[in-house]
Amino acid sequence: MIDTVKNAESTPDQEQPYQELGLKDDEYARIKEILGRRPTDAELAMYSVMWSEHCSYKSSKVHLKYFGETTTDEMRSKMLAGIGENAGVVDIGDGWAVTFKVESHNHPSYVEPYQGAATGVGGIVRDILAMGARPLAVMDPLRFGKPDAEDTKRVLPGIVAGVGGYGNCLGLPNIGGEVVFDESYQGNPLVNALCVGAMRVEDLHLAHASGTGNKVILYGARTGLDGIGGVSVLASETFDDTAGKRKKLPSVQVGDPFTEKVLIECSLELFEKGLVAGIQDLGGAGLSCATSELASAGDGGMHVYLDRVPLRAANMTPAEILSSESQERMCAVVEPHNVDAFMAVCAKWDVIATEIGEVVEGDRLVITYHDEVVVDVPPRTVAHEGPVYDRPIQRPADQDELRANTPDGLPRPAKDELLALVKTMAASPNLASKKWVTQQYDRYVRGGTVLAQPSDGGMIRIDEETGRGVALSTDCNGRYTKLDPYEGAKLALAEAYRNVAATGATPVAVTNCLNFGSPEDPAVMWQFEQAVKGLADGCAELGIPVTGGNVSFYNQTGSTPILPTPVVGVLGVIDDVRRRIPTGIGAEAGETLLLLGETRDEFGGSEWAHHVHGHLGGLPPKVDLKREKLLGEVLVAGSRDGMISAAHDLSEGGLAQALVETCLIGEVGARVFPEGDLFTALFSESAGRVLVAVPRTEEQRFVDMCTARRLPWRKVGVVDPESKALEVQGLGEIPLDELREAWEGTLPALFD
Amino acid sequence: MRVGVITFPGTLDDVDAQRAVRHADGEAVPLWHGDHDLKGVDAVIVPGGFSYGDYLRCGAIARFAPVMQEVVEAANKGMPVLGICNGFQILAEAHLLPGALTRNEKLHFVCRDQWLRVENNTTAWTTRYDRNAEILIPLKSGEGSYQADEDTLKELEDEHRIVFRYVGDNPNGSRNDIAGITNARGNVVGLMPHPEHAIDALTGPTDDGLGMFLSLLDTVVKA
Repeated sequence: MIDTVKNAESTPDQEQPYQELGLKDDEYARIKEILGRRPTDAELAMYSVMWSEHCSYKSSKVHLKYFGETTTDEMRSKMLAGIGENAGVVDIGDGWAVTFKVESHNHPSYVEPYQGAATGVGGIVRDILAMGARPLAVMDPLRFGKPDAEDTKRVLPGIVAGVGGYGNCLGLPNIGGEVVFDESYQGNPLVNALCVGAMRVEDLHLAHASGTGNKVILYGARTGLDGIGGVSVLASETFDDTAGKRKKLPSVQVGDPFTEKVLIECSLELFEKGLVAGIQDLGGAGLSCATSELASAGDGGMHVYLDRVPLRAANMTPAEILSSESQERMCAVVEPHNVDAFMAVCAKWDVIATEIGEVVEGDRLVITYHDEVVVDVPPRTVAHEGPVYDRPIQRPADQDELRANTPDGLPRPAKDELLALVKTMAASPNLASKKWVTQQYDRYVRGGTVLAQPSDGGMIRIDEETGRGVALSTDCNGRYTKLDPYEGAKLALAEAYRNVAATGATPVAVTNCLNFGSPEDPAVMWQFEQAVKGLADGCAELGIPVTGGNVSFYNQTGSTPILPTPVVGVLGVIDDVRRRIPTGIGAEAGETLLLLGETRDEFGGSEWAHHVHGHLGGLPPKVDLKREKLLGEVLVAGSRDGMISAAHDLSEGGLAQALVETCLIGEVGARVFPEGDLFTALFSESAGRVLVAVPRTEEQRFVDMCTARRLPWRKVGVVDPESKALEVQGLGEIPLDELREAWEGTLPALFD
Repeated sequence: MRVGVITFPGTLDDVDAQRAVRHADGEAVPLWHGDHDLKGVDAVIVPGGFSYGDYLRCGAIARFAPVMQEVVEAANKGMPVLGICNGFQILAEAHLLPGALTRNEKLHFVCRDQWLRVENNTTAWTTRYDRNAEILIPLKSGEGSYQADEDTLKELEDEHRIVFRYVGDNPNGSRNDIAGITNARGNVVGLMPHPEHAIDALTGPTDDGLGMFLSLLDTVVKA
């Protein structure tokens, strides 16, 4: 029997499984207070998914406000839409608006690696589409457990195949991302997915349902039993090895990229013909989310006829229809006179479209099922006025101990061991070539990819006439963030910023995906609070706004949280992609290698300490955002004046790794002569450094500019196309073939 | 020169193929899968992607599309037709070209810059290349392993109908390192790698692919 509003009113004391749906006692009590009665099954399903951590940001909201507080009007001036919309939108010039966002799909990807990762890509792409933009490219920051662990062999190939399988079939180039290994992700890998899209400024579509009489049209795939409860059960609960509770059975959605590709083309044609008044994608929490968000963003009420929703399973209850997370669906608000034209476009693309409701007078969201009212709620209470928690925060007791355990006492290699260490580090899983992963992704489709992995940042052309384009990079070193979440978040921002600048683009906006452990753990909340502050303060210092983001909590195994992983994505603009700076050296006949920035003895959280000694302690490298900004300006100026032929950011693995990569990518040798203590010079991870290659003819002009702008620089070597080796003066040389074998051999040996 | 570029639901590289035609000073004419209409074009490109999702054997559904019936008829009368990647699979399914494309040897999707040797420069699409020239263009496919029976392979070899062969490591397990072939008449060519992604060194590894579209220009002008 269907639980109607009438039934709920007459059976006030009926017991409801609110706890199994993830609601706490006081949350359930509040729902009753809002409604003045007990909720129906359908209402309970709606509130429980929409008030889950994943959808409501109930533990993070109080902290995320800090982003708004630290954003100045000047930073806001280029933003066309920001936090709260499906994705942030930035004006990049020439009449173009670019929208980008990262989201997590961590828990589903652990349960079912292929489908979890695939639907992660699908979800973020629909977010971008819902802004009215054509999705143009994707990137995937991934984190895995120990590379040689048995379960990693299940999880990694599945996730990579899922990202590729969905993105390739969807026809979106994958232009970058990360693959990082650390034991803390063993039982909780991270799958973050970024999508970037573009539209003409005047075509921006925001989700709202204004206009009484407008029709609500659900289009795309049919609604099935997949992914029900995925939000509340999967994303907001910890995986626990010991408790075999039934409710933790997997409920991962299944993706169909072909349907999504058709949905994209169909939606873009609908936008182009002006047939859409408001639009919302269906992601986590399905119709519950789409209808309550559309209704609460509009100026009226909404009536939805749930029995009209096309289904692919028999006997689905109203609660199941509302909370199904079936993929590849969109919900549009359409003016009545446009409905026929809307349906005709959907028919052309063989997309199922159904009028499921309309915007009505009043301020209630009413959902009926065969003429009986099953939901009657104020939509804002579902979508925006969920619970807010100011969770306890406690700096971990062992934080001081961790920071006192510096890497200073670790045995350092002798001079005659340094050359071998260059190779060892190049072959270490975190520094090794990620070609095994990225060659499963199409990076060419649509013909706009100017830079892709293994470049520092990905770059796509937006305007074929003017050559205007954007560059993107995502970064985070979880070890740095563990040692100091505030500085670590700034370091993540600094690296993404630097990577974008190293392509020749000017950084303009930031997005993030904040992956942390349980918010109910005060130590985790401290990490979270610190990281948010660090990122927000860093953005204010750089003068670029955070336009959106995503929070993923409960990333832990048992009571052990992952390394705090605030992945930061930076978007940059380049007026003409033809002046992009490549990563590989050797493009010009004679090039000088210059190291910009300063090198200090900084090994806390370094890849060397991790890989060679299994050590994590001390302080992360110092971050100086003024210096990062100056460095960015010098790189862009150098690119604009044609003074730089290649650039590569220094990060994990230091100068040695940057040299290995720039030689191997460019397929030419180099002779380098680092100064001072060679171990520090080669392997320190000091921030704010970039290796650039400048044509000999431009060398004087370039270093004069650096000197005039007070950017420290040092000549560290020359490109030597004849040598086919990387030679470090005073140490000897490594043939490029040997280096390539070391760098490229690791992942195939682990996963083939 | 008017060159039709077919779009099936699930086609992905149609925009790239159209751009490549324009780079060769041709006019790109979009053709829709559901129409029995080639719009009077001089040649047709069947581009890459996942037609109808390709959840069955690749190209198995697309060959039955209304537009393909027109393509087969025109090809049999000598119209130049190029199938790239999924387009090659569709042309094989439509029996315009012999053999079949199967899952890559290691089962993974492979996207890489691939060296090819041009072994036949007499087809409608390859006259601008020197015979045995080596070109670098992207390969990106999960089902690119060319398979055919011994007799067919012998016939292809004997009649010099292998147009492109992989140089270096065979990326997918294709028989005889075959990357692309032609029909007996030389007007229909299918290949797995993507010349339309190599028309400009800015967005591709090289501009080596442009030669195919310029070759077509010569063919159409001569005809």
